[in-house]
Amino acid sequence: MKKFLSLENIEKRFPIPGKEDYIAVTDVNLEIKKNEIIAIIGHSGCGKSTLLNMISGLDRQTQGDIILNGKEIKGPGPDRAVVFQNHSLLPWLSVYDNIGMAVKKVMPELNRQELRERVEKFISMVNLDPAKDKLPGEISGGMKQRVGIARALSIKPDVLLMDEPFGALDSLTRANLQEHLMRIQQNVQNTVIIITHDVDEAVLLSDRVIMMTNGPEATIGEVLEVNLERPRNRVELQQDPEYIRCREAILAFLYEKFAKEDE
Amino acid sequence: MNNELVKKIVLPLLVFIAILGVWSEIANMVEDFPTPSDTYVAAFGGVNADGDKIEGVLEDPFYVKNEDDKGIFWQITASLERVFAGFALAILVGVPFGLLLGMSKNAQYAFDPFIQIFKPISPLAWLPLLLYIFQDINMTAIATIFITSIWPIIINTALGVRSVSEDYMNVAKVLRFNPLEKVIQIILPVAVPYIFTGMRLSLGIAWLVIVAAEMLTGGIGIGFWIWDEYNNLNYPNIIIGIIIVGLVGFILDLVMGKIADFFDYRKKGRA
Repeated sequence: MKKFLSLENIEKRFPIPGKEDYIAVTDVNLEIKKNEIIAIIGHSGCGKSTLLNMISGLDRQTQGDIILNGKEIKGPGPDRAVVFQNHSLLPWLSVYDNIGMAVKKVMPELNRQELRERVEKFISMVNLDPAKDKLPGEISGGMKQRVGIARALSIKPDVLLMDEPFGALDSLTRANLQEHLMRIQQNVQNTVIIITHDVDEAVLLSDRVIMMTNGPEATIGEVLEVNLERPRNRVELQQDPEYIRCREAILAFLYEKFAKEDE
Repeated sequence: MNNELVKKIVLPLLVFIAILGVWSEIANMVEDFPTPSDTYVAAFGGVNADGDKIEGVLEDPFYVKNEDDKGIFWQITASLERVFAGFALAILVGVPFGLLLGMSKNAQYAFDPFIQIFKPISPLAWLPLLLYIFQDINMTAIATIFITSIWPIIINTALGVRSVSEDYMNVAKVLRFNPLEKVIQIILPVAVPYIFTGMRLSLGIAWLVIVAAEMLTGGIGIGFWIWDEYNNLNYPNIIIGIIIVGLVGFILDLVMGKIADFFDYRKKGRA
C-alpha cells in the first residue's frame, strides 16, 4: 500500500547567533495512515508544535522529508488545513464569511448556490446555524473554535492539523468540543493530527498516541495504539480496561520516564 | 433629570462665563482690544460702542461684491477646497506608500530616516520654496498641505500593516492567498482603522496649515481674511475669524471621527 503521510528523519534546528544551534526536534520518523487520528503528546517545549508546523508547511524542517500522497511538502497549502489554538478567525468577517472566504479561495469552481450550500453544510456540522451571521467577537471561545474546525474541514483537506485546539478553553467546553469532533469524524472520515498536552483527550480522540521526549533534541519516545471501539463514550470509558491501560501508559511516560520540572 | 447630563451642560457654561470674564479683563487692559460685546455686534450686527450701526459679518455670509470682496462663507469654502485637495492628494499618495512601508522591511529601512526628518518641518518653511516652484497661490497652498499632512497617514498606515497578527497571515498562507488577496482580504481590514486615525490627524494638520498658508499667500480664504481684517484694523473680526477656524476644525474632526468609526470593525458587533 502506498504511504499516505510520512515523516522521514525530521530534524529542526534554530540557529542562535554566537552559540551552537538549538536542535528542537531530531530523528523523527512517523507514518500515518489515511483516516487515522493521531495525537501527539508531550511536555511543553518538546517540539510538538514545531513538528505540526513543519507538516503544515508554515515552518520548514532543516533535515528530512515530509511526504504526503507521494509528494514532498514544501510550503503551506489547503490540503493540510490547520485549526489554530487561538482560532485565528478574521474578526471583521461573520462566521459565514470566515468559512465562505476559505471555500471560495480553495474551490473557485463552485457557483454561488453551491458555495452557499457548502458553507451552510459545514456551519450545520458544528451546530452553529443560529450564529452564522455573528462576528467572532460576539460568540464564545468554544463557538469560535467550532468555526475554526468548520473552516478547516470545509476546504476538504487531506489532513486536518490541530494545534492544541481546545487548550485555551475551560474543561466543560473542551469536552463539548471533543464530542463535536468525534461526531464529525464519525460522519466524515478525515486524517487528523492533534497536538495536545491532555492525557484524556489524547486517548479519547485518537487511534494512536505519539509520545514525545523532552527537548532539546526531542524525538518520538513511544507510540501507543489505542484499541477502543468507536463511537466512544467518555463516561463508559472510565471503566474500560483498555482506556485505563492507555492512560496509565501515557502517564507513566510523561511523569516517570520523562518527568519535567517546572522551570 | 439625568445628573450626568446636567453636569455636561452646566460645567462648560461655567467655563464659558470664565472665558468671557478673562477676555473682558484683557480688553480692559489692552487699548482698542474688542470686548465680547463688540465682537458680538461685529458678528451679528447692531449698534457698536461708538453708537454706529454695523452690519455683522455673519448677517450676510454669502455676499459677493467683487472678486476680492466676498462673504465669510466663501472665505471658508475657499479654504476648505484647498484643504480637501491637499488632503485627498496626501491620502492618494500616503496610503499606498504606507502599505509599502508596512509590508517591506527594506522599504522601511530606506525611507524611515527621511520621514523622521521631513515630518517635523513647519509648513511655513515649505511655503517659500513651493511658491517659487508653482508661482500660484492655490497650487502652493495645496502642495503645502499635501507635504505637511501626508506624514501621519504614511506612519499610521505602516503601523496598521505591521499590526496584522501573524495568525491571520498563517491563515492566508494555508489558503495560498496571492499578494493582492493578502492586501485586500487581510491587511487592509486590519489597517483601515489605523489609516483613518492617520487621516484624522492629517486633516487636523491640514486645517492648521491652511490658515497660516493663506496669511502669507493672500487672495481668498479664512486665513487671508483674518490677516486682511488685521490690516483693516477690524479687530473684532479677527476674533470672529479665530472662533470660526476653531469651530470648523472641530466639525471636521467630528465628521472624520464618525467616518473612522464606521469603517472600524472593532467598533461593530461588540456585544
